[in-house]
Amino acid sequence: MQFKPQSGSGPAPENSYPRILRCGDRAVAIEFSDTVSEAANLKVLSLDVSLAAAPIEGILETIPTYRSLTVIYDPMIVRGAFLGEELMQRATHDTAAPETGRLLEFPVLYGGEHQADLDELAEMKNMTAADVIALHSSVEYRVYMIGFAPGFAYLGGLPEILHTPRLAVPRQRIEAGAIGIGGRQSSINSVPGPSGWRFLGRTPFRLFDASRPEPFLLKAGDRITFRSADTDEARDLDRQVASGTAELKEIAR
Amino acid sequence: MTALLTISRAGPMMSVQDEGRYGFRARGVSTSGAMDRDAHAIANALVGNDPDAAAIEFALTGGAFTADRDTLIAVTGGSCQVEIAGKPVPTWESHSLKAGETLTVGALRGAVWGYIAISGGIAIPKMLGSRSTHLRTAIGGLNGKALEAGDILPLGETGKFALRTLGTPYLRGHGPIAVIPGPQDDYFDADAWKTFLRQPYRTTTSRDRMAMVLDGPALNAFKGHDIVSDATVVGSIQVPGSGKPIVLTADGQTTGGYPKIATIASFDLARLAQLPAGQQFLFRAISADLAEEQAIHAEDRLAAVIAGLKKREG
Repeated sequence: MQFKPQSGSGPAPENSYPRILRCGDRAVAIEFSDTVSEAANLKVLSLDVSLAAAPIEGILETIPTYRSLTVIYDPMIVRGAFLGEELMQRATHDTAAPETGRLLEFPVLYGGEHQADLDELAEMKNMTAADVIALHSSVEYRVYMIGFAPGFAYLGGLPEILHTPRLAVPRQRIEAGAIGIGGRQSSINSVPGPSGWRFLGRTPFRLFDASRPEPFLLKAGDRITFRSADTDEARDLDRQVASGTAELKEIAR
Repeated sequence: MTALLTISRAGPMMSVQDEGRYGFRARGVSTSGAMDRDAHAIANALVGNDPDAAAIEFALTGGAFTADRDTLIAVTGGSCQVEIAGKPVPTWESHSLKAGETLTVGALRGAVWGYIAISGGIAIPKMLGSRSTHLRTAIGGLNGKALEAGDILPLGETGKFALRTLGTPYLRGHGPIAVIPGPQDDYFDADAWKTFLRQPYRTTTSRDRMAMVLDGPALNAFKGHDIVSDATVVGSIQVPGSGKPIVLTADGQTTGGYPKIATIASFDLARLAQLPAGQQFLFRAISADLAEEQAIHAEDRLAAVIAGLKKREG
């Protein structure tokens, strides 16, 4: 069988959504949009809920992202072509509402070892650091997806004025819990590692800890608010997190 | 008393791996597991282990090992010098390693990833359902780390098992590496596709358990080299702004923001991973439906090799 690329050199045809994308012989994706939108993300999560409630045999795992749901399957049990049809069917006919997700409050020690980025960001925006903190902690964020690293949360809802390009040269090590801004996105770092995002502060809470009964703190669909905490509170929470007694404040379900 | 395996010398990238960690990609956790799943499964079968038992994976160079209990061992993945108590023994068959004897595993020839299976398997605790090591995030394995001289690994219980060798030969595929176009195949125009499928690419030394950076003609994505991050899979071929394709392998990250021109067919991923650095090869595109058929045949062939293992004289 010979594959013929369909794309020509002319203008790209408009895609219609949802559409099915094959991702090799063990995965298929259904895509709802090519941009970041809450509506598309809600459809992704709604379909994921539908698959969890009424599973299709042969599906091994599902990965919800901003705008698509990728399904990994065992080709010995089910075929991608069949799954694609099933996913389209469910996406266009199911009206199951996704869970609203929990509303969680994260205390943040703004500044600290991230004071330099906070000050630079404030300068770029012609604001004071206190203005940036007030703005960053004034809105509700939504977890659009978890990915890249264990428990790493991509958040939507960053006020437009805080949108800031990534650093030209990534830093070698950013600690877990760091609160970052990368372009239009914001995040909570989950494991230490290199990053080109700008960081405003840190939360003592850990998004991933394999030694906990529930290693992952967040899932796609959860909502988040940030509250400014002072050094004393942050140190106190650090101790509680280390001893496993810290509890994240759940504002609502 | 738990039997122990002591490592007295270790190659630069040696780790504990099983069949992988499933069900956590949605939480950002990579699948991990053996880079060459067939070679890993055959090594286990040769010493009487289940296919998903944890074994030692090494890149290019093995090491030296001693157990405090009589065990069976098998080395697979490629050909290399293996000695037990100073006496050379062949790869791809099981051998008796008596308590206190030293097993040495040398450098692979014409391959990159090797496997050392020990009867009973490496019995470290599982993390998130698997013993596989994800080096980047320190999940699983022995404290999440690459194995080093001085490390001591617990071994699982084992019964009596005869020495085995291959009855049915294990043959790798040949010719171009099969890919399935997409998911962002439409980011690349006809010229880029012609380049991708007709020009040779080369493996490079920029490779680890996460990814392989390939060298060859640059691929231009006319729609741009940034997408809204979506899911990657093991075998995704990302094309960043440099135009040099990056193949994600076992430890690859779960999401990414580069367009993915194609996905390596699951049955050809280990063959690509095993190509030594600097080796030239071609890609060929097949449909996902055909790739599924061929993946099933590959599983059947592996099952036949494992079922065809025969006893050999010790």
